Amino acid sequence: MARALVQVQEMAFTPGEELDAFIRAGRADEGAVVSFTGLVRDMALNDGLKALTLEHYPGMTERQLIAIADEALTRFGLHRCLVLHRYGRMSLREPIVFVATSAAHRGSAFEAACFLMDWLKTKAPFWKLEETAEGERWVDARAEDDAAAARWVS
Amino acid sequence: MKVRYFAWLRQRTGCTGEEVDPPEGVRNVADLMAYLGGRHPRFAEACAASGVVRCAVNQEHVGPEHPLAPTDEVAFFPPVTGG
Repeated sequence: MARALVQVQEMAFTPGEELDAFIRAGRADEGAVVSFTGLVRDMALNDGLKALTLEHYPGMTERQLIAIADEALTRFGLHRCLVLHRYGRMSLREPIVFVATSAAHRGSAFEAACFLMDWLKTKAPFWKLEETAEGERWVDARAEDDAAAARWVS
Repeated sequence: MKVRYFAWLRQRTGCTGEEVDPPEGVRNVADLMAYLGGRHPRFAEACAASGVVRCAVNQEHVGPEHPLAPTDEVAFFPPVTGG
């Protein structure tokens, strides 16, 4: 049975542990696991980013992530996929998001991981608020993210 | 009708959400935006800039023409920036 797992949490996580657990829960016919980790970064370099707060829309977030993950499963014939996304306040370099996909072969696992991130970035209701030395500022959406998501629409 | 605001739209309206009872003529999302703009001048300002205010009805992304029912949960927010 193909299945999609979605987790939205405030707590910090360790990508290595998540990946290990994901691999261990796999089936005998899985030949490929791909994972992606997104980190808090200083968007404008040397701007003195102190922390990042991710606001989200509880309920809609889970709903959108489940829809995205289910779409990835069917579109790429995955065995499993996991989407883990944090909200709340976090520090520079902390992991924000973790995505893992598994399939018989690497091609679809790689593609599905790209797809999940591209779609998540334009559909999941999260908003980044940066705390810098000069005060707070909301991060603007990037046109590149819309373009990246658009390439999956055929 | 339940209305919710997120990110800097929440700051601009000064509330996370409100219960509204819009007049008869408010049939779709665009109508509701105009009505809410009358209550929150800074929300109206944001709506005037195209593509800045996004909407979800019952937790699904929708466009300005989407029809509304009194029991809907309507959310307004800027373009998402997760991931």
